Amino acid sequence: MKLVFEKSRPGRRAGRVPRPAEVTPPAVPDGLRRQRPARLPELPEIELVRHFTELTTRNFGIDTGFYPLGSCTMKYNPRVNERVAALPGFRDLHPHQDEDGAQGALELMHDLQEMLAEITGLDAVSLQPAAGSQGELTGLMLMRAYFADRGEGDRRRTIVVADTAHGTNPASVTMAGYELQKVATDPRGNIDLEDLRTKVDESTAGLMLTNPSTLGLFDEHIEEVSRIFHQVGALLYYDGANLNAVCGISRPGDMGFDIVHINLHKTFSQPHGGGGPGGGPIAVRDRLEPYLPVPAVIRDGNRFRMDYDRPKSIGKVRAFTGPFGVFVRSYAFMLAWGRELRTMSEDAVLNANYLLARLKEAYELPFDRLCMHEFVLSARNLKREHGITALDVAKRLMDYRFHPPTIYFPLIVPEALMIEPTETETKETLDAFSDAMLAIAREAAEEPETLKNAPHNRPVGRLDEVKAAKRAIVRYRFEDHPDLSAEPTAATAGEGPKGV
Amino acid sequence: MTYVCLTDADREEMLKTIGASSVEDLFRDVPAGVRFDRPLDLGDPLTEQEIVERLEELAGRNVHAGEEISFVGAGVYDHYVPAVIDAILQRGEFLTAYTPYQPEMSQGILQAIFEYQTVICELTGMDVSNASGYDGTTVAADACYIAKHATGRTKIVLAETVNPQVRQVVRTYAPGFGMEVVDVPHRDGVTDPDELRAAAEGAACVIFQQPNFFGCLEPAPDLAAAANDAEALPVAHVDPVSLGVLEAPANYGCAIAIGEGQGAGNPLSYGGPHYGFIAARAEFTRRMPGRIVGETTDVAGQRGYVLTLQTREQHIRREKATSNITTNQTLLALGGLINLCWLGPEGLREQAETCMALAEHTKGRLELPLLFPEQTTFKEFAIRVGRSAQDAIREARTRGVNPGYPVGRDYPGMDDAILVAVTERRTLDDIELLAEALAE
Amino acid sequence: MAAPESYPDDLLYHPEHDWARIEDGEAVLGITWYAQDALGELVHFEPPEQGATVAKDGIYGEVESVKAVSDLISPLSGEVLAVNQKVVEAPETVNGETYGEGWLIRIRLADPSETESLLDAEAYKALLADQ
Repeated sequence: MKLVFEKSRPGRRAGRVPRPAEVTPPAVPDGLRRQRPARLPELPEIELVRHFTELTTRNFGIDTGFYPLGSCTMKYNPRVNERVAALPGFRDLHPHQDEDGAQGALELMHDLQEMLAEITGLDAVSLQPAAGSQGELTGLMLMRAYFADRGEGDRRRTIVVADTAHGTNPASVTMAGYELQKVATDPRGNIDLEDLRTKVDESTAGLMLTNPSTLGLFDEHIEEVSRIFHQVGALLYYDGANLNAVCGISRPGDMGFDIVHINLHKTFSQPHGGGGPGGGPIAVRDRLEPYLPVPAVIRDGNRFRMDYDRPKSIGKVRAFTGPFGVFVRSYAFMLAWGRELRTMSEDAVLNANYLLARLKEAYELPFDRLCMHEFVLSARNLKREHGITALDVAKRLMDYRFHPPTIYFPLIVPEALMIEPTETETKETLDAFSDAMLAIAREAAEEPETLKNAPHNRPVGRLDEVKAAKRAIVRYRFEDHPDLSAEPTAATAGEGPKGV
Repeated sequence: MTYVCLTDADREEMLKTIGASSVEDLFRDVPAGVRFDRPLDLGDPLTEQEIVERLEELAGRNVHAGEEISFVGAGVYDHYVPAVIDAILQRGEFLTAYTPYQPEMSQGILQAIFEYQTVICELTGMDVSNASGYDGTTVAADACYIAKHATGRTKIVLAETVNPQVRQVVRTYAPGFGMEVVDVPHRDGVTDPDELRAAAEGAACVIFQQPNFFGCLEPAPDLAAAANDAEALPVAHVDPVSLGVLEAPANYGCAIAIGEGQGAGNPLSYGGPHYGFIAARAEFTRRMPGRIVGETTDVAGQRGYVLTLQTREQHIRREKATSNITTNQTLLALGGLINLCWLGPEGLREQAETCMALAEHTKGRLELPLLFPEQTTFKEFAIRVGRSAQDAIREARTRGVNPGYPVGRDYPGMDDAILVAVTERRTLDDIELLAEALAE
Repeated sequence: MAAPESYPDDLLYHPEHDWARIEDGEAVLGITWYAQDALGELVHFEPPEQGATVAKDGIYGEVESVKAVSDLISPLSGEVLAVNQKVVEAPETVNGETYGEGWLIRIRLADPSETESLLDAEAYKALLADQ
């Protein structure tokens, strides 16, 4: 398929802006004036629409089919959310509007904060962070400010992270200026308490953990874990990526966590949009409230306003009050569930356990427990017996018209397949997916070449990621765009984590 | 409840297959001490109709840009958002897709991001762009992180004329990076290159904005030269709309170009979600934060696109990553791409020229003293109203006109100044009403 | 494309999977078969500058594959005399010719006695067996 630049023809155009004849633009001073226009495409509107429409036909979304990416929570994105986000009172509201002209928006944010506080079991919320990983960084900055305020800033240097953690956790730790301390997982999939006790002392600032873990398992010793950290005056941070498992069943605040980030684009149905936008609000215990980003959205009698008078705040992590359009959608989603939100988590856990029961004979199960909202299988048996890898299974699933699960993550499970169905799937869909996975296990034995050469039914075959990294062609080059088909192609794609 | 997909009969069958007695039984590993045993204190579940009614009531209590004549800018602008954008972005194959980790399932998004990366490089003159940052503030922090690792230095120099929220966000991130921040004050609304040169000694990077927060045109090539002279990376924070008439930052010596993309293709949406862009010269390719799409071929030699250089990113590199960003702002960036394709090079130039023309015309009609009369401006300029700017704004709003942003909120000694933004959406009649509203 | 597994006897080894060939007060450095196998096909080599100082057990550069980026750990201290441009241009050379054309840098040894702390081929192979 051609790039939009390859369809461009000089003199074609789509849109125009009004140009009142009565006014003339002043000249741009020499030295600042643009010498040559940007080579933006020149196409009429119909060609533009056809180009982008064709691109959508080469893409797969939740609307297209089952999308069981573990730890991504690919649930249905309700269309009513799009309708309400587009209401002019939200969509066309300028963030610098006076507070008296934005009371509806401020009330919505305040309400959302209270709902998130209730769900997490904590006291104060900031909606400002733009995504989960930004929420993580914000949470670590809060820890830093908290300890500095207590005169413990120099002493508290490390953050403990589980070896099953999502890569953002260690990256956030580095960006926040902390040192990383890893803790092992025990054979039941819980944090290894013995290992943990050797890693936590007076120089520990805190723990970053998701519960259930990326293995989809609830840590059975979470209360003891919490005690170990609180005993030395450290804090606990909850990565909310897996919150879909426990809403209304167990609250992170009650588990002992002091800071929680929530992924609005996972648990609360904000569409992923091919890579964003998301929302990563944070909820904290009272004693951390003074450090939250500025401004805070507060109630003042029966009005709502923004409070900038926060001398202990860590500052600002994003413009304005955060991704407001995302709040509208998540708020609408939460209104749909109301106090029945627990059913969402119950069905998510039921769906995952059903798939686990259907698949655990054909694949290896690293941890023999009931799972929560997701589970990890290993394709190690297929590799051992037939030379078929998790990557091959993933590519073949595409031919069955399913999006593959997350692969090669968490790192502690070889040939990992992390599967999260979410609550918005029927039993028929789960059965169809299970049937496909079982068929693939049989194909591994009977016709492995079919798997090795999959996918067969997508717009492209397996893509050469080595060539992409070596050549690093990251933009169209007009006159001298290289022809990569003239260079040899490697058959195997990279076996790195995909899906987190 | 609306989104439930299982019937009771389904649940029974599934529990039998699992070998569990009840749904409650599935949670047996959750210790009793952390169980939440009361209903959540949330309201009744609402039907779709009730949801819409509730949200309409809230939306109805906001005064949006369609309900008053708005000259408010200060970082976020009421530019025209063409209808084709939603027509594409609302398609489920884009809207509901995840980050394109499985490229054979995601060629649509991947190619679109590749095209977005290309237009950002074209606008800024740079060689590499990422797939987007959170917004125009966090990309400034990203640029500082690149500069720290590229130069080994830890000082960040910020021109005071950079958007105050950008500076605030940089200051929030800097301590964790182990970096310190120094401001260069403005001189008559712009930045003095000699002062910048002095501050840039030993700095990792220098960040200036073009046009700056006051709407003034900075002596950008001289500022970049001053930074380069000190061996600090020049970083230009630019308005994408202005790049229809202003020179590309790469062409006057900048190492990195960043900015807020909202004005090119996203609605106001009370401040977000929008998209930040960041682009750099080729030598920084492997230091770029976030996602990057690269071109390649498949086993049959067909052209295709994949996320590349992912080993720099958080999910493989982990604690040594170039950043921690995962979910970014792809859909909004695609809105920007579609917008720029819809305008084309002529349209972008015309939009920029129209804004400049209308802004100049507005200055003339207002007959109020300019805050910085010596400076050339783009689409925004500051006026002095001779009394409290906040009061003047409040009064003007009672007449259905919002004249702009009270600059004194962020800069001392400017409590009588209003920053007025004029986009192509303002008509000549609108401008007359503004003049009337501000005249005493 | 990768050669079969081997650990030449005439080389010294560092536990972080780097090798050194000692030549008269100088050393040629590279990564072992085990390292290139774990990384997969190399796509990028980030070398130090000529004239730079490297420290024993310190990081002197990076190699990158589609799967991971790996720091290069120097087995010995010294001054960088040469960087293998062939690997800069075609990083996959390391996979095919790990101990020959796939060498990474040459250094002048600052302290030749440091070689005593390195492993010989047998000791390195034993370490791998324990991994």
